Amino acid sequence: MTDSVHRGEHLTGAEGVLITPADLVGGGVRGDDPDLRGKFGVFGGRYVPEALIPALDEVAAEYEKAKTDLGFIREFDHLLRTYAGRPTTLTEVPRFAEQAGGARILLKREDLTHTGAHKINNVLGQALLTKRLGKTRVIAETGAGQHGVATATAAALLGLECVIYMGAVDCERQALNVARMKLLGATVVPVTNGSQTLKDAINEAFRDWVTNVDHTHYLFGTVAGPHPFPEIVRDFARIIGVEARRQVLELTGRLPDAVAAAVGGGSNAIGIFHAFLDDESVQLHGYEAGGRGAETGEHALTLTMGSIGVLHGSRTYVLQDEEGQTIESHSISAGLDYPGVGPEHAWLKDSGRAVYHGVTDAEAMEAFSLLARTEGIIPAIESSHALAGTLKLGRELGPDAVILVNLSGRGDKDMGTAMKYFNL
Amino acid sequence: MTTLQTVFEKARAENRSALVGYLPAGFPSKDGAVAAATAMVEAGCDVIEIGLPYSDPLMDGPTIQDAVHRSLMNGTRIGDVMRTVEGVAKSGAATLVMTYWNPVDRYGAERFARDLASAGGTGTITPDLTPEESEPWLAASKEAGIDTVFLVAPSSPDERISRVVSCCTGFVYAASLMGVTGARESVGSAAEGLVKRTRSHTSLPVCVGLGVGNGRQAAEVAAYADGVIVGSAFIRRLLDAPDEKSGLAAVRELADELARGVRH
Ligand SMILES: Cc1ncc(COP(=O)(O)O)c(C=O)c1O
Repeated sequence: MTDSVHRGEHLTGAEGVLITPADLVGGGVRGDDPDLRGKFGVFGGRYVPEALIPALDEVAAEYEKAKTDLGFIREFDHLLRTYAGRPTTLTEVPRFAEQAGGARILLKREDLTHTGAHKINNVLGQALLTKRLGKTRVIAETGAGQHGVATATAAALLGLECVIYMGAVDCERQALNVARMKLLGATVVPVTNGSQTLKDAINEAFRDWVTNVDHTHYLFGTVAGPHPFPEIVRDFARIIGVEARRQVLELTGRLPDAVAAAVGGGSNAIGIFHAFLDDESVQLHGYEAGGRGAETGEHALTLTMGSIGVLHGSRTYVLQDEEGQTIESHSISAGLDYPGVGPEHAWLKDSGRAVYHGVTDAEAMEAFSLLARTEGIIPAIESSHALAGTLKLGRELGPDAVILVNLSGRGDKDMGTAMKYFNL
Repeated sequence: MTTLQTVFEKARAENRSALVGYLPAGFPSKDGAVAAATAMVEAGCDVIEIGLPYSDPLMDGPTIQDAVHRSLMNGTRIGDVMRTVEGVAKSGAATLVMTYWNPVDRYGAERFARDLASAGGTGTITPDLTPEESEPWLAASKEAGIDTVFLVAPSSPDERISRVVSCCTGFVYAASLMGVTGARESVGSAAEGLVKRTRSHTSLPVCVGLGVGNGRQAAEVAAYADGVIVGSAFIRRLLDAPDEKSGLAAVRELADELARGVRH
């Protein structure tokens, strides 16, 4: 028997839980939940082979049960606290902020989680879901390798077989993470077709899933893909913003003026944005990879330069040519090098609730080294895009502003890139 | 223009299954695709599916991925797909386009349906368009008078099958196994049961695809299905051929073997 709880109710008991059902699913009925077809306005839905529909239905149905099941929530909460290292701290960075017009800048330290990025939150939730589904094998795509490492980690912890698909180009630029995944017992399959990056790894993972779906869960790594992934991944990443909102209130006595995050597929951004959606005074800023610059065509500016289409099972903004062929993206950061984006971001963009901007490779690398030198924190290059955006945003908002930034990951994995870039 | 209805009536009258061959437009070259498809029709294919090459073919195995990649590298565009359909339709086969949804979405559903109809195409197969998202396409296809073929899979429960077949005209595509396109040692054992289940929801012909690659397998599937669909095996012949001329001969030979299979 499992005890069941309703949205909005809180866990009771002496254990001082971190996550409540309301934290997980948002508490109360929200206008921003996808409808039964998984649509956020016109975005989202399912564009997949019919063979996968039963599996997606199964995942959606199991998640519906899990999210109001006290047993599941306790288990998730327990792993987040005792394994992932939650709650993560909030760090104020005044020396860095001097370069941002003197605004107060607060970093949500997802880099301090076990495995070093926000990806672990979603992965632990979905790995528990995999167990509930009775499946014994997980597969995942990875760009930067952070989602792959997190998935391999959770698979080792819970005794699941694990196969990670990773573009051959990414295997090279994130070689350290490939070694970590192997050490954790995962099989890493380099994907050599197409652009050999994240989008092709996703194609290959879908091909595996349709073949092995009877015993395999596709542990999707971001808020993109077919319904119910955008909703599930968001809910499991939501704790980032829930904690941060409390922490900012505690520290400053008020809500931040703006929340900033990098956007690849969009999971760390939605994870920190979501708890602030109803706080109308709080601006939400997402920063996409501008690569070598918007004008060069070598970028990953999906929301800022793309058009509406279908990619990887979901209607959203896509980098595509006039005939609907996907255009290869470019970014110095593997985790942002993706020509699609989660449908909820597409919806937040069109509704105007969040705004999205581009940050070039050069700007991101400058912020990367600036944070290291001024604060002793080496961020992931992905997160450095949010930092670079914040430097501009701070100057716009002025010295009285409070800006919360999702420091989604640490830069250890990026040292190869940094050594080359800075001639270290 | 030969319709799917005529094709299946003729096959039924001859007490056999229909043979459906697949090739992507622009492979091995723009003209080469028309020549190869025409050879397939001359050797016994009743229906040709022209694949619209797409950058992210997530339902396709390595053989079709390879062919599609080469086609895109050759610069194949939607206009070329329409011209290929036009050329192939002249051979007398019912000619369909098999396409992932995004290129149609981007081109415009109504425009695509209209252009396909004027090129002599009889319909489309859309492997990643779910019934839930199909409304605009069903409307556009109806308006243009072309057929809409959707897929059912061994994993499909009865209520899904019923939903999918309600979107189909022409025929229903039954995927023989859980997986991507590609010839295999044996056709999935789930195929026969799936065809049976599908028939209980529709009177449309049911064709089986995925994994069929030789005359023996074609005969096996023809025993219970209205049509046998073969793609990767044709492409493999073209990929392995030293030049287009010997590729044509190899494709013709395979079509001949399969045509005897469906008449077994
Ligand atoms: C540290 C870090 N931040 C951000 C991202 C981008 O993903 P998302 O947009 O889903 O947060 C990644 C992806 O690998 C990452 O590793």
